[in-house]
Amino acid sequence: MREFAELYDEIDTTTSTNLKVAAMARYFRNAPSADAAWAAYILSGRRLKRFIGPSLLRRWLVEESGLPEWLADESYSTVGDMAETIALLMETDASTKVATDVPLAEWIDERLLPLREAEEPVQRSAIVGWWRSLPYRECFLLNKLLTGELRVGVSELLVSRALSEVLEVSRADVARRMMGEWQPGAEFWEGLKTGDLPATDPSAPYPFYLASPLEADPHTLGFPQDWQVEWKWDGIRGQLIRRNSQCFIWSRGEDLITERFPELVEAATWLPNGVVLDGEIVAWRDGIVRPFSDLQQRIGRKKLSANILQNVPARFLAYDLLEQDGADVRAIPLHERRARLEALLKGAPPVLGLSPLVEAAHWDELAKLRTESRTRSVEGLMLKARTSAYGTGRQRGQWWKWKIEPYSFDAVMLYAQPGHGRRSNLYTDYTFGVWREDELVPVAKAYSGLSNEEISALDKWIRTHTLEKFGPVRAVEPTQVFELAYEGIAASSRHKSGIALRFPRILRRRTDKPAREADTIQNLQAVLEAHTGPVA
Amino acid sequence: MQPDSAPLIVGTDRGLYCPPGDFYIDPWQAVQSAVITHAHGDHLRHGSARYILARPGVTIARHRLGSGNTVTPLEYGAPTRIGKTTVSLHPAGHILGSAQVRIEHEGQVWIVSGDYKRQPDPTCAPFEQLECDVFISEATFALPVYRWTPTPQVVEEIVRWWHANRERGIASLLFCYSLGKAQRVLAELKAFTNDAVYLHGAVESLTNLYRQCGVDMVPTLPATTEKKTDYRGALIIAPPSAAGTPWTRRFGEHSSGFCSGWMRVRGDRRRRGYDRGFVISDHADWPGLLETCIATRAKKVLLTHGYSDALTRYLNERGVSAAALKTAFGDEE
Repeated sequence: MREFAELYDEIDTTTSTNLKVAAMARYFRNAPSADAAWAAYILSGRRLKRFIGPSLLRRWLVEESGLPEWLADESYSTVGDMAETIALLMETDASTKVATDVPLAEWIDERLLPLREAEEPVQRSAIVGWWRSLPYRECFLLNKLLTGELRVGVSELLVSRALSEVLEVSRADVARRMMGEWQPGAEFWEGLKTGDLPATDPSAPYPFYLASPLEADPHTLGFPQDWQVEWKWDGIRGQLIRRNSQCFIWSRGEDLITERFPELVEAATWLPNGVVLDGEIVAWRDGIVRPFSDLQQRIGRKKLSANILQNVPARFLAYDLLEQDGADVRAIPLHERRARLEALLKGAPPVLGLSPLVEAAHWDELAKLRTESRTRSVEGLMLKARTSAYGTGRQRGQWWKWKIEPYSFDAVMLYAQPGHGRRSNLYTDYTFGVWREDELVPVAKAYSGLSNEEISALDKWIRTHTLEKFGPVRAVEPTQVFELAYEGIAASSRHKSGIALRFPRILRRRTDKPAREADTIQNLQAVLEAHTGPVA
Repeated sequence: MQPDSAPLIVGTDRGLYCPPGDFYIDPWQAVQSAVITHAHGDHLRHGSARYILARPGVTIARHRLGSGNTVTPLEYGAPTRIGKTTVSLHPAGHILGSAQVRIEHEGQVWIVSGDYKRQPDPTCAPFEQLECDVFISEATFALPVYRWTPTPQVVEEIVRWWHANRERGIASLLFCYSLGKAQRVLAELKAFTNDAVYLHGAVESLTNLYRQCGVDMVPTLPATTEKKTDYRGALIIAPPSAAGTPWTRRFGEHSSGFCSGWMRVRGDRRRRGYDRGFVISDHADWPGLLETCIATRAKKVLLTHGYSDALTRYLNERGVSAAALKTAFGDEE
């Protein structure tokens, strides 16, 4: 694992993509096949399921480090990462650590995977033993593997670049061979080279093609006739796959969410085999799309009750066709894919809908339609070049999202707590409140929207204007006003304010505004009522 | 400390004050008499009528204060009467001329540590362990995650990084505090190389003063001249304030590193946007703070800046009476 730990460090300590690719290529070239396959698995963003939960690791850390529990917690809240906290606290004297190196594949196949089935005392003694013997870097990496959160700062695109260089296989071939689920090992590595892979996984999705936000005036895009315009739905982007008489649904986060949507699975049996659709899963009732908060009730639940299925029916609105008759059709121009899609879905069950096209002769007309987005419960418009192929990732220029302005309001900062990752040890997670009579009620938590300079100024302010500390959380003097934006609003019995905001974020710090002039809960309730009708 | 004995140091708006001696230690406002632990900006401020500090730090303090200030040097370990108290300064191992302030009055001994470290540092006298009744300690890195590796090991990493960049034909831009840290790195580099290192103007003037004071370092060149210089493969040392400024453009493609105790935590390094973080600190780490607080045999420990709350609680739980003391000292390093 030592070589892989070095590779991880090399990637972690540079922003140059060329260096990252070179470092990966060097690793792939020198590593045994099984190690290389595991490395490709991890680097391409695939994750091993968590072996041990963070609370167990924390308990063992407290027992092993001999630190009081509160101090271990304080350390964790400063570091913002459990794997790193453990590695830091268990690093006593580096010179006593003389672990011999064990190859990456052996670590995973022979040490970690069998641990899943082991009894807790066995897990504990193995893991604690490794904490004591592994040098810092490897200890950190091991913990990341254990907690299932090992992420490396490279895109799948960069990984295929390095692989293609080492294996002397075209990037497109590497990318295709890497798709879906596979079993890392020497055999897979050979297959990656030769293309001789076990029958491809029928669930394998295509990489999603992502739109970029349109900041310029749409007139700069030329004629509207060259663009396919659709509503930007406020749902879950998903790929619906029909192969081998099976159905798979992937979310944009590349999670398999098939089981969440039994009505879609059922409807998909209508489709011929060898079809992949790109579209949006939305909550749909009485012929109209429902707010995202409805859909959230379906995602959040472990078990789908009959009640939920009835109250929040889902619908798939297809807007692209990626595979037909088992063939990849992503290179065909969009207008032709659209024509095929419309033909394909003719007569489909209503649950498999077609995302309608928005027709207008002029940009001004479209701009006017866009302003109606909110009443239609959509987020704006999508503009896709009619000639565009279905690309990979976010490539600017062909697909744009032309979103409506978010809602906004002014709120007062109440609490702050340190962030995680690169924001650890810095107060970046804030809770904001609005007025109810003479009291400030918390309504939103926001993490983003400020520049680094603003964050560090605010961090200083928070440290010097703390009223009280509760563990890592600080209650601050309620004097600082911020303008917050949000995408949607819903009634919530779980929040003290009775309101849940969707994707709240900071627009700016209002140093010009005294706390007294921040918004009231009544203002937000008014928006909620306009949005969903009066609350019962 | 007997409950009836009057404190030798109290916190005031102007800074730590010694009533029986009628002087301040590192005051953050102008006062009559200021005893200074070291010359960093948050400890040595302008405007006081008289400055008392350790002799090895005089050259730097004068440079920072400008001319026309009354500076009284004291030899390390030499007792002096100030007001009704006897004061002596003892090496703190933080930077050249840094001192702990020992105050004795009516059988009571109080020590103000200033900033200190216990690791060896070729640019200054090593930390001296003293005993006292009340110890006022810094707590910048008072969490158990902060633990330093031996400096030569880290400097070797710096050299490896520099040489790897040289092989790629790019410059290495190393950000260090311009007073203390930069010179410590330059002195530690002597064990590995005698190649010249380029310096930012702010670092250069202080490095020249260190040389005047007899500190042995690798040769240096200014990175400030108008003349076009080829910086490919060079190591340049600059203060953190220069990061991301137009000044760095002259080096073309480069890799950046930052020397600081804060670099121990990965999130800190990533947030600050440096390619590499090198954990070299001029402050005591967690084991160093514990060792020191206990070895003073103080009946009471008062903790200033940094993670003072954590160390306060930890010491109290272990039977060492401790409390936090609010100051205006910074945590930057």
